[in-house]
Amino acid sequence: MTKIALENVAKSFGSNHVLRGVSLSVEQGESMVVIGGSGTGKSVLLKCILGIISHDSGQILIDGKPQGRDRDAFLAQFGMLFQGGALFDSLTVWQNVAFRLLRGPAKLPKAEAREVAIEKLRRVGLRAEVAEQFPAELSGGMQKRVGLARAIAAEPAIIFFDEPTTGLDPIMSGVINELIREIVVEMGATAMTITHDMSSVRAIADKVLMLHDGQVQWQGPVDQLETSGNAYLDQFLHGRADGPIEAVR
Amino acid sequence: MPLILFANSVLASIGRSVLDLLAAIGRLTLFCASALSHILRPPFYPRELFQQIMRIGWFSLPVVGLTTLFTGGALALQIYAGGARFNAETVVPSIVAIGMVRELGPVLAGLMVAGRVAAAIAAELGTMKVTEQIDALTTLSTNPMKYLVVPRVLAATLTLPLLVLIGDIIGIMGGFLVGTTRLGFNQAVYIQNTVDFLETWDVTSGLLKAAAFGFIVALMGCYHGMNSGRGAQGVGQATTNAVVSASILILAANYLLTEAFFAA
Repeated sequence: MTKIALENVAKSFGSNHVLRGVSLSVEQGESMVVIGGSGTGKSVLLKCILGIISHDSGQILIDGKPQGRDRDAFLAQFGMLFQGGALFDSLTVWQNVAFRLLRGPAKLPKAEAREVAIEKLRRVGLRAEVAEQFPAELSGGMQKRVGLARAIAAEPAIIFFDEPTTGLDPIMSGVINELIREIVVEMGATAMTITHDMSSVRAIADKVLMLHDGQVQWQGPVDQLETSGNAYLDQFLHGRADGPIEAVR
Repeated sequence: MPLILFANSVLASIGRSVLDLLAAIGRLTLFCASALSHILRPPFYPRELFQQIMRIGWFSLPVVGLTTLFTGGALALQIYAGGARFNAETVVPSIVAIGMVRELGPVLAGLMVAGRVAAAIAAELGTMKVTEQIDALTTLSTNPMKYLVVPRVLAATLTLPLLVLIGDIIGIMGGFLVGTTRLGFNQAVYIQNTVDFLETWDVTSGLLKAAAFGFIVALMGCYHGMNSGRGAQGVGQATTNAVVSASILILAANYLLTEAFFAA
């Protein structure tokens, strides 16, 4: 069953055409990784799906339906790990993780929400003592883990990961990649990840999509990455300066 | 020919500036309308409102108190010196009182709070925007207008009148201290003159002005913060714009409200 479907989605900012007719589909429980150079519209794509940015044309369907009038119910299906964590500085770690659980129609009592938050923190490898700390007191890797715990706290059906390993050392990147894969499989969630990190692609993806110049250049199963024969994908995979993607020196 | 080209470029530049100004006014009006509509619609966030009341109101008290204390004292000295030119030194208590409650209390408190609070709000929200915390709020099914803007706007609108009321009392006390210790006024007579001369409308008009100034301060802080540019420079620019626009709008609103309240 198709969970997320985009049909000819376009988005421009003034004369800058960021998305030029992007079409894709992600099946229920599948993990899609979107790759591409900086400024190719990957983050805009995720924000269009979430409705944070409104697209100019085309259709975005979740479970075969466009976003309805009830925005809260629509967003309740999603969890998102942001590139820099995007943790709320003024709240403690557990309050960050339990943010959605403390508000809205499915609001839990404070003590229960705290327990769920601590359980999710454990799931991402953090001790309960971290719960009372503030985000500024944590390292980059720990902040990513807290962001991951927040993304999965309400057990959403769809999880987005925006550059989950950017700024982390290779070992911590590996840990985060493994956690993402484990959690997505365990929850049966549908996942979309944006990354430049090819080790993340291989660890997380079932399917890969390459965006360049606002268009889908290639999409297919992760095991066909090396044999695609697509010049754009090959250049990106091997990090070559020469090829169809213009490299500014 | 070069003269025509020059005139064309000057006119085009003026036209662009006017269009930019109109667009900015339009954006601000829409932001203001959105903030007002969210004040009336649930969900409400009382905990955030209380936090903002403490941050905006309680922590601004020393700044406002000191400003009005010294201004009240200086006003007493000025009025005494000016009044002495036509043997009207006795008007010091009444002019200090009316000057503080009608004009100086609300305007000085508004400007001091603009410097302190509008800058803090713009920097905080600007940083939240740059670090994607505002996007994160949206994905967590929380409307940033309701969670971030409404508590700040409400808190500033409610607390500034209280700050001004306290500032008025402290300012009059500043005048009283200078009047009785430096200018030789009798304490009982000074207080009697102040009480006899002040009318309820003098005080309430100042408090109404303060509520309007509080609204302006928070609105400008939130507007510039939520529309901050990227990076440290963007946040810095948003902070500067918030303080400058809030200060100018306070002075403009002060004139318009004075005209509305007291014009013959």
